[in-house]
Amino acid sequence: MKNLILLFLALLLLPVVSQAAIEEYAFEEEVQEERFKQLTYEMRCPKCLNSNIAGSDAPIAADLRKEVYDQILEGRTDQEILDFMSSRYGDFILYRPRLTAGTLVLWFGPALLLLGGIIIVRRMMLQSQDAATETGLTQKEQEELDKLLDRD
Amino acid sequence: MIPELGNFSLVLALSLAVLLSVVPMIGVQKNNELLMTLSRPLCTGVWVFMVISFGCLAYAFLDDDFSVAYVASNSNSLLPVYYKFTAVWGGHEGSLLLWVLMVASWTYAVSLFSRNLPLDILARVLAVMGIISVSFLLFMLFTSNPFDRLLLNTPADGTDLNPLLQDFGIIVHPPFLYMGYVGFSVAFAFAITALLSGKMDAAWARWTKPWTNAAWAFLTIGIALGSWWAYYELGWGGWWFWDPSENVAFMPWLVGTALIHSLSVTEKRGVFKSWTALLAIAAFSLSLLGTFIIRSGLLTSVHAFAVDPERGMVLMAIILLVIGSSLFLYALRAPVVKGIASYTATSREVFLLINNIILVVSVAMILLGTLYPLIHEAIYGEANKVSVGAPYFNAIFLPLMGLIVIFLSIGSISRWKKTSMDYLKSQLLKVAVASVLLGIVIPLVVTREVNVPIFIAVALALWIILGIGRDILTKTANKASLLEGLKSLSLSYYGMQIAHLGMAVIILGVCLTSHYSIEEDVRLAPGEQIEIGKYTFTFQGVNREPGPNYAADVGTIEVQKNNTTYMTLYPEKRTYFATGTVQTEADIDVGFTRDLFAALGDPRGDGAWVVRLHVKPFVFWIWMGAFLMAAGGITAILDRRYRVREVRQQETVTKTPGAMGSLKGA
Repeated sequence: MKNLILLFLALLLLPVVSQAAIEEYAFEEEVQEERFKQLTYEMRCPKCLNSNIAGSDAPIAADLRKEVYDQILEGRTDQEILDFMSSRYGDFILYRPRLTAGTLVLWFGPALLLLGGIIIVRRMMLQSQDAATETGLTQKEQEELDKLLDRD
Repeated sequence: MIPELGNFSLVLALSLAVLLSVVPMIGVQKNNELLMTLSRPLCTGVWVFMVISFGCLAYAFLDDDFSVAYVASNSNSLLPVYYKFTAVWGGHEGSLLLWVLMVASWTYAVSLFSRNLPLDILARVLAVMGIISVSFLLFMLFTSNPFDRLLLNTPADGTDLNPLLQDFGIIVHPPFLYMGYVGFSVAFAFAITALLSGKMDAAWARWTKPWTNAAWAFLTIGIALGSWWAYYELGWGGWWFWDPSENVAFMPWLVGTALIHSLSVTEKRGVFKSWTALLAIAAFSLSLLGTFIIRSGLLTSVHAFAVDPERGMVLMAIILLVIGSSLFLYALRAPVVKGIASYTATSREVFLLINNIILVVSVAMILLGTLYPLIHEAIYGEANKVSVGAPYFNAIFLPLMGLIVIFLSIGSISRWKKTSMDYLKSQLLKVAVASVLLGIVIPLVVTREVNVPIFIAVALALWIILGIGRDILTKTANKASLLEGLKSLSLSYYGMQIAHLGMAVIILGVCLTSHYSIEEDVRLAPGEQIEIGKYTFTFQGVNREPGPNYAADVGTIEVQKNNTTYMTLYPEKRTYFATGTVQTEADIDVGFTRDLFAALGDPRGDGAWVVRLHVKPFVFWIWMGAFLMAAGGITAILDRRYRVREVRQQETVTKTPGAMGSLKGA
């Protein structure tokens, strides 16, 4: 058991992307192939540590690739395929989280932070402009400085 | 016997580290010079015993001593000798040992190269680093001792090193990465010292800068190696996946980048002091967090954390203690080290502040995205898990980087304190127009397609490159010749420009390779061909060949260009004896303008195989850019102003009359 744990931890040292799956899928149109690549890139293998279904050797990932392939050939849209997959496996399968109440912070948090940053810079700029006109010294210090400079 | 010696050395290192973290602090408190001076020999002692301990573990590996549990689970008698050595840091315990060895090495380096530091500052810096050593030594000795024995059931042979790790890239990746992680402890220790003493001036920034640059350069190389390894070893042809293990290395790197820029402001202008201190604390805290997240397995699966709660809890306690106490100290002391600001809205200070804000927002975003699945699960339950992956990170990170690049050229061309708008316009208007025009025209002429992301990327890269050119021309304009002008520029200036150039190269590499790569997964029978771009790949079949500890199916793929044989690729599929693991080894022809990539899939009968073939233009530029960045960081360290103090000290010692002159010159 201990060895198993050690082995597991050793694995954790690395990016946990498993070995790539290499299969042939023939498409009639290049657009379909592009869509296949994009869709399998954006979907998470439900049974793996952290890899998309394009890059996983797991049997379930192979099944899902086949499913995506079939649905593309059947003429389904990307959204329909993604909806189908998430209704079956949950939102866990989507690497691009849907915009829901639960992911608002995720999608809009960074923009809010940036906005906050801009406000801080703006305020510092205004403050420092005041400081710049006052050379950052109190009046007494300024007088002392003038005196020193004069003496020099 | 040797493993016991290693264990004993660890205990000795711990004892000395305890002294190191206490004695100099008391010395500073009581103003006792002897106690402060003791910090140096104590550093040496800790380092020596860590080296001995590491050597003992390495010996156990080379000697196939499978009675040591850690060796048994990470090595195998068939493993080639060089992999036996690198297996030392192939698992949890050993990589912790390497981690602590590196803390000790950085501490020792500080004690060697900072003879010119005031004694009280040096004593405190070394003591803070001693505290870090103590925490991790305790953690190692109590929860993850690499020298633990399996005395009753000594296995006849070891489990083997994970085949993914049997590779050159991964030999050098962890040492560089850890050097970077741990290197930030120096900046951290300097920041804590400044907060403790309340003294944080330009001199402080000048001491801290070279150490920060060095750590940052190591981390840059470490991350680049990791990504390079993923590119050729994992066989998927990608190079970055926004995996938690990548994110936790990337976050300290981004904060480190912010820290380098903010240190410049503190060094040159004496402002943003408390912000700089906060960044120094954050860089190291994120390094610790990274170690914790990877070591506890928290993110790969919540359950992995429960597999070994003891380790996770102890690590978390260490981290909370370090982060908590340093932030507490910061809250108490930060007002003391405030600087008086005096700069205008278009000064370099402000542009560097904008750079810092964008970098920090990026880090916050990555942290949020990395931890979000856990947060979401905690709120909405296990049935409603979400994933946050590459599409999310790309969608938010890339615009932020675009923004930072726009400010990059403005910031590096602007001047301290006050830059007039007219000056900025005179310097950058033509550069801006030229980069936008060329950014559209060049890709249009070369590829004859309209591709807006490519236009933007090329324009941004040109904005950096032309901006560098413009600035160098301006800075050398009043010299007799360009050559003389170039000689007059400082190494830290060159360092900055080389690193910025690296950024431009990375932008080009990332965008060109993501948009113009051609990837084909095809079934090929012997003799069959496929044409990809300018290249024709001919599959010549697969042969079985033996390796030292594996057997391999080796494919032969001939590549033709313009109907002449160009080169041959030999992708492998290995089966390792010890574990039975099957491992794809891609074969890549690395080139300046394109990589050719071949990997073997599965056999499909009659000698036919599924083969993955990629033509990846400019992918090499990603790593070349990272290398340029690291080179820039190192170049800046070599600047005269970081060395001049040593000269000064020698001169003070010898008391030569000329000493004062050079002092003024400094």
